Amino acid sequence: MTDVLAGLVAIAPALVLTVTGFVLMALDLLPPRGRHEHLGFVGLAGVVAALVTTVLLWGSDVSAFRGMVVLDNFALFFNLVIGYATGLVLLLSMDYLRRRGQESGEFYILVLFAAVGMVIMASANDLIVIFLGLETMSLSLYVLAGFFRSRIEAGEASMKYFLLGAFASGFFVYGIALIYGATGSTNLDKLGVAVAAGAGRDPLLLIGFGLLVVGFGFKISSVPFHMWTADVYEGAPTSVTALIATGSKAAAFAAFLRLLLASLRPVQADWALLLWGMAVLSMTVGNVVALAQQNLKRMLAFSSIAHVGYMLIGVVAGGALGNAGVLFYLLVYTFTTAGAFGVILLLERGGEEAVRLEDTAGLANRHPLLGLALTIFLLSLIGIPPTAGFVGKFYLFGAAVRSGYYWLAVIGVLNSAVAAYYYLRVIVSMYMREPEGTPTSVVPSFAGALALVVALWGVVQLGLLPAPLFDLAQSAVLPLLR
Amino acid sequence: MTHVLSLVTFVPTLGAAVIFLLPRRSDTLVKVTTLVTSVVTFALSLPLYTRFDPAAADYQFVEQAPWMPTFGVSYHVGVDGISLLLVLLTTFLMPLTLLASWDSIERRWKEFAITMLLLETGMLGVFLALDLFLFYIFWEAMLIPMYLIIGIWGGPNRVYAAIKFILYTLTGSLLMLVAILALYFLHGAATGTYTFDLPVLARYVLPAGRAQDLLFLAFALAFAVKVPMWPFHTWLPDAHVEAPTPGSVILAGVLLKMGTYGFLRFCLPLFPQATLAFAPWMFTLAVIGILYGAWVSTVQVDIKKLVAYSSVSHLGFVVLGLFTLNPQGLVGGIIQMVNHGLSTGALFLIVGMLYERRHTRLIADYGGLWTVVPAMSALFLIVCLSSLGLPGLNGFVGEFLILVGAFQVNRPAAVLATAGIIFAAVYLLWMYQRVVFGPVTREENRRLGDLSAREWVILAPVLALIFWIGVYPVAFTSKTEASVQALITQVQTKAAATAALASRTP
Repeated sequence: MTDVLAGLVAIAPALVLTVTGFVLMALDLLPPRGRHEHLGFVGLAGVVAALVTTVLLWGSDVSAFRGMVVLDNFALFFNLVIGYATGLVLLLSMDYLRRRGQESGEFYILVLFAAVGMVIMASANDLIVIFLGLETMSLSLYVLAGFFRSRIEAGEASMKYFLLGAFASGFFVYGIALIYGATGSTNLDKLGVAVAAGAGRDPLLLIGFGLLVVGFGFKISSVPFHMWTADVYEGAPTSVTALIATGSKAAAFAAFLRLLLASLRPVQADWALLLWGMAVLSMTVGNVVALAQQNLKRMLAFSSIAHVGYMLIGVVAGGALGNAGVLFYLLVYTFTTAGAFGVILLLERGGEEAVRLEDTAGLANRHPLLGLALTIFLLSLIGIPPTAGFVGKFYLFGAAVRSGYYWLAVIGVLNSAVAAYYYLRVIVSMYMREPEGTPTSVVPSFAGALALVVALWGVVQLGLLPAPLFDLAQSAVLPLLR
Repeated sequence: MTHVLSLVTFVPTLGAAVIFLLPRRSDTLVKVTTLVTSVVTFALSLPLYTRFDPAAADYQFVEQAPWMPTFGVSYHVGVDGISLLLVLLTTFLMPLTLLASWDSIERRWKEFAITMLLLETGMLGVFLALDLFLFYIFWEAMLIPMYLIIGIWGGPNRVYAAIKFILYTLTGSLLMLVAILALYFLHGAATGTYTFDLPVLARYVLPAGRAQDLLFLAFALAFAVKVPMWPFHTWLPDAHVEAPTPGSVILAGVLLKMGTYGFLRFCLPLFPQATLAFAPWMFTLAVIGILYGAWVSTVQVDIKKLVAYSSVSHLGFVVLGLFTLNPQGLVGGIIQMVNHGLSTGALFLIVGMLYERRHTRLIADYGGLWTVVPAMSALFLIVCLSSLGLPGLNGFVGEFLILVGAFQVNRPAAVLATAGIIFAAVYLLWMYQRVVFGPVTREENRRLGDLSAREWVILAPVLALIFWIGVYPVAFTSKTEASVQALITQVQTKAAATAALASRTP
């Protein structure tokens, strides 16, 4: 009986979200049939409940289902990130879907099930469970990416995401199989014991881990596994893009970090070198290619690749500072990116979505507050103080310097300078250019405005008073480093 | 009044918040509120001068509160003889600049006011911060308002100039961020205390060698871009020419000083050994800057560009003075920072006034102004003379002290720099002659109006200070001497300690 209870506690946040999903499925069949906005609010209530559960369970350290699922501060911190990401996306979606004439109950249900997958990944302590979470999340996201099915880009996005994602999953499963073959277990702790005992030199195990890195690299969209990113970000509905950029990345990082810390810490020197290369490539390719983008969603796609590069710096640097830096940065990045996409999805030009750079021309003159909001998000993406983006980068680069990765820090800051150019271009366009033709209009949306306020609060709060949350992040990673 | 520094720093922010809430329609209300805010800030900063103890070398009016305690970051501000005059210069120039913007900024005054006031907070924060983390926050945060001022209210090529400005300075300062972190961890590993507190870090003796050299270079690059020293100066002419008059005044008057202040506050005490090692290089770059800036100024056809390049030359003097590491050179450098802020600020103000009347800045479009606008021409002359270092005016005091200092340590550099003063006379007086003397060559110039009451109010305080510093510099130098002497002692003892450290570990 206590086992069952412990199991329920361990998956409580996922359970709350799942139940909300089922409730939504039932509600979707009931009147009023024409409108679906209330489903969004019910979903939001579920997310808030999951967040409350997370906060209430803070500090717990439960292992259940024969060690396959754990609920520790590490998982709870990621639940926080995922909860905020999902909540913001739900808020952003409501008016947006109606405006585009695509509102339906399935959307909210799929978003919630994607969140379930993410939360499971954050708690997973077994490769099989990681895979379960990964697939639950991915399948929902494949559908969501193509949700605007009348648009040709949506079809491309969904198809590309699905095909490449299926390949990545294939690599992932094959990696699990090889690891199981080498060690006889898929439990992360048992793998850690095996690696510590010297299995880290077993070629079978090495290839297996290599394949897992491919799978994770795909999900966090790090170079060279990033090819899908720009097309999917462009074709997916903008609120789904925000979810892919924030929540799914956070979940993949959660599982990846747990694997690296719980199982592979004895051979850190080996994988740190590999991730060093991935970090440098991701930052550089992401930023350089973003320079050439005229479509804001594509620009943010490449920028997200670059930001993964920054986060990998923290993973490479390791230690409490580096890993907590990654956690903190994911939270910051969630607020910032959801905010930036949130502003973009409010823009319309001639009834169409306005997602190109020139569509922002003169925006700040006509809508000062919205312009200011986007400016703050962009400054945070550059990493200008006193926004949260600066503090996040500060921790990451600080961790790199502390661990002696001076070059990585230097490459990181030079990349930040390159990145400043394309973010500033948007600010230039908003403040310093006049629109040609019909100016872009802004769609008033209460839910959207609420989402932006929450995101702004996050960016400013974490920028001015980062210490409490960073301490939480540190307390989340410390048990894994023991 | 223990929180006087925080008050001075954040009253402008408060003013910006109030203006944010004011209605957009009432421009005059916004203007008056902005001006009142800046005047109040100036008034609040005056006790710093009167109550500053010139005998004490240490930081005064210190405030310290924990901010990110696990990281050793604190809100730590204070003022000493090195920063006092720069703080006062900032609060002094701000109201004048805002008055100069009264009519010349034609659109979106409300946004302009908010940006300017936030800029003031940033600048004051840079001069007052005694915590490297806090300093870096102000240092970077200040870029954005300046970028917006150039980019929104600037001239035709403003976007290019604004982006160039921010990318240059950002690249320099990001490398400084890595150096700050490296210093933090080196100090932490050596002493066990992880802190960003400047006074604590300044006591730490970094071993001589590659680490110290690289850290020095990373800091120096950030500051050299800001000064700007040749060859990192190319953003300056663009930024100055495109910036609106208030932007130019603040840029020349205060922002450039952050570079030289940074050398003084961080490079010298934190990396004394590297400072000594690199001093010849700094002298070389400074002298090149002095001569190059002067020569390029001579051939300019645009008055504003001429003044911009003259800044490269003048700031070269300041850097020369700072790296002499003797009292004359350092005090001269500090006074020269203030002088340059006053005289170049005034030059930009006058160029702006000319531009408002004629909408051109080309020297060739003027001529014979003395007969048309005698009062303005007279003030223009005084400011030019102050800028070229005429004895009796402020510029002479600073340059003389710097050259006295430089002669003691590096005679060739001092000789070449002295030649720079002659070139300064050439380009300034030649420009003045073509603009003011001779017959009126253009019909449009005959109807120009002389200084208005508002313009008198702007220029009179600057001129008063120009004379005051020129005639009685002790009123200002006396405030700096104790801190300068302490800094020199600190550099020398630390350099000696570093050398001892190096000789013990072969």
